[in-house]
Amino acid sequence: MPLYLSDDQTALQDTIRDFVAEQAPVSHMRALRDANDATGFSRALWKSFAEMGFTGLLIEEAAGGLGLGHVEAGVVLEEIGRNLSPSPFLTTAVAAVAALKGTAHADRWFPGILAGDTVAALAIDEAAKHRDTIALKAERSGNGFKLSGKKQFVTHGHVADLLIVAARTAGNAEDADGVTLFAIPKGAAGLTAAPERLADASLAARLEFDGVEVDADAVIGEVDHGRSPLDRLLRAGRTGAAAELLGVGGGAMDMTVDYLKQRKQFGTLIGSFQALQHRAAHLYSEMEVARAAVLKAQQLLDAGSEAADSAVSVAKAMTAMATTLSVQEGVQMHGGIGMTDAYDIGFYMKRARVLAEMFGDANFHADKVARAAGY
Amino acid sequence: MTDTLDTFRHETRAWLEAHCPPEMRQPVRSEKDACWGGRNPDFQPGQKEWMDAMASRGWTVPDWPTAYGGGGLSPAETKILREEMAAIKARNPLNSFGISMLGPALLKYGTEEQKLDYLPKIARGEIRWCQGYSEPNAGSDLASLATSAEDAGDHYIVSGQKVWTSYADKADWIFCLVRTSKESKQGGISFLLFDMASEGVSTRPILLISGYSPFCETFFDNVKVPKSQRVHEENKGWDVAKYLLGHEREMISGMGLASTGGNPLIEGAIATIGLDHDGRLADPLLRAAIAAFEVRSQAFGAMSERFIDELKAGRAHPAQPSMMKYYGTELNKTRHELQMAAGGSDALEWESAASGGGREARAWLRTKANSIEGGTSEVQLNIIAKRILELPA
Repeated sequence: MPLYLSDDQTALQDTIRDFVAEQAPVSHMRALRDANDATGFSRALWKSFAEMGFTGLLIEEAAGGLGLGHVEAGVVLEEIGRNLSPSPFLTTAVAAVAALKGTAHADRWFPGILAGDTVAALAIDEAAKHRDTIALKAERSGNGFKLSGKKQFVTHGHVADLLIVAARTAGNAEDADGVTLFAIPKGAAGLTAAPERLADASLAARLEFDGVEVDADAVIGEVDHGRSPLDRLLRAGRTGAAAELLGVGGGAMDMTVDYLKQRKQFGTLIGSFQALQHRAAHLYSEMEVARAAVLKAQQLLDAGSEAADSAVSVAKAMTAMATTLSVQEGVQMHGGIGMTDAYDIGFYMKRARVLAEMFGDANFHADKVARAAGY
Repeated sequence: MTDTLDTFRHETRAWLEAHCPPEMRQPVRSEKDACWGGRNPDFQPGQKEWMDAMASRGWTVPDWPTAYGGGGLSPAETKILREEMAAIKARNPLNSFGISMLGPALLKYGTEEQKLDYLPKIARGEIRWCQGYSEPNAGSDLASLATSAEDAGDHYIVSGQKVWTSYADKADWIFCLVRTSKESKQGGISFLLFDMASEGVSTRPILLISGYSPFCETFFDNVKVPKSQRVHEENKGWDVAKYLLGHEREMISGMGLASTGGNPLIEGAIATIGLDHDGRLADPLLRAAIAAFEVRSQAFGAMSERFIDELKAGRAHPAQPSMMKYYGTELNKTRHELQMAAGGSDALEWESAASGGGREARAWLRTKANSIEGGTSEVQLNIIAKRILELPA
């Protein structure tokens, strides 16, 4: 398979590009922020994603979805990134669907996701930095489990209809085995979700589980063997976040290059200065390499390849590095206006920082690459 | 279609397994490990068998037409061949400026007679080529070159000097840019091919900081070159030169990729520094630097795959080779800086047997030319800025 988008994928990209730019441009995100919106995204927009079929993009056709893969999901996420559109697409249609696919939970949750009624949130992180460790306790209790502990950085966690929670049912926090993944519906007793506004104006909840009781059928997959669905979730989430980063970095780069062609100083366009040309050309190179890494990871994931894990880490780390460069160069080359709230480039910087942190930052994934190579 | 490709993959795998000598599955550790062929070859064990076996199927140039000594493979088949070669860590059977630079230019600009004459010999590794481009006063500003070719009826008389001619002292023939008109800078250049054994050609190796002399000064003193050995029209050699430079940049960009067969950087670092009780490289800062580099290197591996796929499909931006050249060469320099840091004082030995005659240090110094030869990094950035980003002049 060649490492570029197929004709079908390019056609899909054209559709999505127009759709997102029309329905959720940066001004949409700015309006939500200015209104101090308490949801974190527009439910109406999520409905129109569903009407286009996008919420079921990764769901099999037999179950009513589009039956497409991570390459196509990435095409959507890149446009979400480029427009900084607040959307539950990554957590719900990509990560949650990847975890639930092929399990008993698919029948219960997929119809709502397809209809654009259900939003999912991912309760994975327990500390300021994403790690492989899971400590939140789930003890056997009656016919089910009782969960106690804390989670953080749970995007949409305060409004989600479905929470996917990674918990420990055996062993120590560092152990690979003994993790169980749960699907918990909204409104469970003993669960509090405190939404916190982040630097990019998105909302992420801090969750407290105070003896939250769930039935045994809330378990996704098998008890103590939750790493398998959790890994599916993380692979999809990381690849998706990388695609969204590509959109954020690409959007910031395009804005910056445009600005270089418009802004005059010393009586000439600043884009004619070699000092800036070389920095822009270097940035272009980093973004191109990042784009290739993301597509490689998506294709390997869709092919079910064993090499996917390492490619996913490379893609997440590379997009974090390239996009961080893009937004920094963006603000610097815009000069003073780049520091103003009225101008959009700063939003790109803030969104990039959040996505760089999500599901493990560049250091976390470089460490994974090193581990996999035996050093 | 997929069935046919699966069959091709199985047959290719079996054939490579049967024909690739064990020596040719060892990592390339120095320039001496590369097979260059030519009239006066210097083969290591296994090199000739491997080159001849691959050439017998046209697989030294798998995607060239069979009429010119190629394998006639489709892009998908070529990719499969490369993947299967990588899977058994097979070395490149033939390194050749004929394959990577002159061949593509001849396929595009050569006459049928020229193609039939030169391409099969390139494919079989019979003629080793060198490139006569740079001159003492024409480096980054290549089109200002002055080596003259005077019209003498059915031939030219070539006089002048080239510099940085890679392996000119070992090459059999040269592809050379000459000035046939002073009327126009770029429009007065022609592209000639001639035998380095011609009367009036002399070479002088240049001793480099690596202690090696891979480059020469090349002198032409009234060298007679038949006009039939000119590629493309007179005064239109710049078109050929630019096209060929695109391919040269692709080739040099490949240096940023990890070599097939192991990863000398990681293996070297583990050998000198060791692993801690957690299995991590015992120098955490060097480990972090290597890991960050490896992320970029593997991402660039994907970029190379994407670039080749786009190129074959005619989808690559015409200036994209400049990006590949820039990124690949800068990566390669970083790789060797890290390899020197990993090797410590062992890697500083210049002559000892243990150091393979200073293999590591000399290779490190050699890479410093990567971002100069074939157009400097700064020239590539200029090209990206102007032709891809379309920034104002």
